[in-house]
Amino acid sequence: MLNIEDLHVEVDGKEILHGLDLRVPPGEVHAMMGPNGSGKSTLAYTLAGREGYAVTRGRVLFQGQDLTAMKPEERAQEGVFLAFQYPVEIPGVSNANFLKSAVNAVRRHRGQPELDAIEFLKLARQRLKLLNMDEASLSRPVNVGFSGGEKKRNEIFQMWMLDPRLAILDETDSGLDIDALKIVAEGVNALRGPGRATLLITHYQRLLDYVVPDKVHVLAAGRIIKSGDKELALELEAKGYADLVKAAAT
Amino acid sequence: MTATQQTIESLRSLQGDYKYGFITDIESDFAPKGLNEDTVRFISAKKEEPQWLLDWRLKAFSIWQQTQEREPTWARVTYPKIDYQEIYYYAAPKRSKQPGSLDEVDPELLRTYEKLGIPLGERAALAGIAVDAVFDSISVATTFQGRLKELGIIFCPISEAVREHPELVRRYLGSVVPYSDNFFATLNSAVFSDGSFVYVPPGVHCPMELSTYFRINAKNSGQFERTLIIADKGSYVSYLEGCTAPMRDENQLHAAVVELVALEDAEIRYATVQNWYPGDKNGKGGIYNFVTKRGACRGARSRISWTQVETGSAITWKYPSVILQGDESVGKFHSVAVTNNWQQADTGTKMIHIGRNTRSTIISKGISAGHGQNTYRGLVRIQARAEGARNYSQCDSLLIGSQCGGHTVPYIEVKNRTARVEHEATTSKISDDQLFYCRQRGMSTEEAVTTIVNGFCREVLQNLPMEFAVEAQKLLGVSLEGSVG
Ligand SMILES: Nc1ncnc2c1ncn2[C@@H]1O[C@H](COP(=O)(O)OP(=O)(O)OP(=O)(O)O)[C@@H](O)[C@H]1O
Ligand SMILES: [Mg+2]
Repeated sequence: MLNIEDLHVEVDGKEILHGLDLRVPPGEVHAMMGPNGSGKSTLAYTLAGREGYAVTRGRVLFQGQDLTAMKPEERAQEGVFLAFQYPVEIPGVSNANFLKSAVNAVRRHRGQPELDAIEFLKLARQRLKLLNMDEASLSRPVNVGFSGGEKKRNEIFQMWMLDPRLAILDETDSGLDIDALKIVAEGVNALRGPGRATLLITHYQRLLDYVVPDKVHVLAAGRIIKSGDKELALELEAKGYADLVKAAAT
Repeated sequence: MTATQQTIESLRSLQGDYKYGFITDIESDFAPKGLNEDTVRFISAKKEEPQWLLDWRLKAFSIWQQTQEREPTWARVTYPKIDYQEIYYYAAPKRSKQPGSLDEVDPELLRTYEKLGIPLGERAALAGIAVDAVFDSISVATTFQGRLKELGIIFCPISEAVREHPELVRRYLGSVVPYSDNFFATLNSAVFSDGSFVYVPPGVHCPMELSTYFRINAKNSGQFERTLIIADKGSYVSYLEGCTAPMRDENQLHAAVVELVALEDAEIRYATVQNWYPGDKNGKGGIYNFVTKRGACRGARSRISWTQVETGSAITWKYPSVILQGDESVGKFHSVAVTNNWQQADTGTKMIHIGRNTRSTIISKGISAGHGQNTYRGLVRIQARAEGARNYSQCDSLLIGSQCGGHTVPYIEVKNRTARVEHEATTSKISDDQLFYCRQRGMSTEEAVTTIVNGFCREVLQNLPMEFAVEAQKLLGVSLEGSVG
């Protein structure tokens, strides 16, 4: 599904990722952990195609296509979804309008008919209910005045509406209360299945109790220094990164 | 399909170019080029006007002549000197002289309006809008006159009103914008050739949107239309104005005057979607839109609201204002002005509080892209007698790119201590974060810009009648195409 080989990424002339390899086969959920500043968000932004994240070496294949050659919207239309670590506010634009434009852009690309306002609302209401979210959030401007937790839940709502093939969640679990965490986990689990893959960036083992990952990777200083199964996350929780990072450096 | 949908459809098929830039091949009847007393007499004669109106025009002309060297220079706009002798002041499509019904209108003209998406005739009926279409200097069709007449509402070309309702025209013409008002209004008073006239009798709520569509077609011609709207006691009317012009390398002058009069308890809502040709990417050509719009809230509790979406014209110089004479009268100004490429806009409002407990609201959204320059200029004056007057002003500028400019020039004069005046201003940019967020959700850059800009303008757009709001939203996107990325 997603194949990353020897990925080097520069931001503002400074190399942040120094040769990263990662394979996420279809149907799998991988967790990505690692100290602050190790490059997790950089990886997420690079996959989503953010301007200023220059791939200087290596390659990224998504469903066999060279992802780096595509514009951000083309990647999104092909099914790459990024739940932002810091969701962005867009004043004056209602959540409903924003998402309807997004959903229809993706549907057009997939050759599906666009949803009209009524069809869209029907779908949105149904998804909101499953996420235990207030319907009123549809008419509120995108992320404006949302609490930290509400913003994160809104990202999951958008993810559900857009039905992605590769979901990258950048610390979506941070700042969530325990009920919200369970809901987010359900959201991720619901999107588990053949033909889909998920990359969960997280600092906490907690989320992984609800979403059991197929693999756990540790990113440190721009490289993956260890990969393992879900036990690795428990180990990290107990011991921290220090020993691992030291071992990798020698 | 309703006419509005049709307009939207046709906008959708647009690819970033000015879509209304076609030229209609029609024979025109011109006044000789240039301006002198004979031109004024020629226009007046063409219109078969009474002596009092000719005299009024001539007085305006003589003032204009004396002030010819004194075009206003205080606005933040620059343009080469206009040669007023190089302009045609009257151009009328030949065969269609004041038609009595739609069947008599030149089919070529009807096709033009069809291309523009303007509802005339049956399509208008579907959209529930009565339309007066002004092509160059004359009104070519006014739909729905009959239905309006039953209610006692007069909606017709102003030249017809001069003939049919001289007492109304004579009483109100120039009563809000006198012929000596300012350089361009004076010019208009001397040479105005057509425009719309509306009178709503006491207590009548006009059941449909009244609408005028202006189009400049003839080469080197100016357009000087004059609109006069009177809402008698306790009446209500909502009026929409739209404009387009063909693409031409030369600049064309548009100097209109609009006067609104609201008597006791009356309400007038006036909305403009201005989409004159803005010139090309290098700033060549385009309309000079030098317009005087003013409303008088004459009666107690009367209300006037101006809503404008200004996306076109090379230069816009325009300050739709309200004189709040009646106690407890209310004035509103909601504006979106876009300047892209080399467009310049100096626009805003004047709220003159004279009566007690008068209230005014100003919401201005300026958007600049390319090398565009966008100035909000507004005056709030509270006169000594205006006990308890209140004003709230909010002026927001949005900049796209680094070579454009947004400026805010508020003037506030308060002569009554019980008055409350609030002014807020912000300047922001479309952030890379916002653009990327939208694109990550699948929108193209263009769609992302349109989405963000529409959000920025929401408070103004939601003031437009529904079908116009949708059109305005698309128009914003179109006029900003190519501004990012
Ligand atoms: N524009 C930039 N210019 C220079 N360095 C940058 C820039 N953006 C990010 N970095 C650096 O890149 C490194 C990786 O940052 P990144 O945000 O990817 O870390 P992260 O693993 O997501 O951390 P966290 O767990 O705190 O979210 C950090 O050292 C950061 O300071
Ligand atoms: Mg991060």
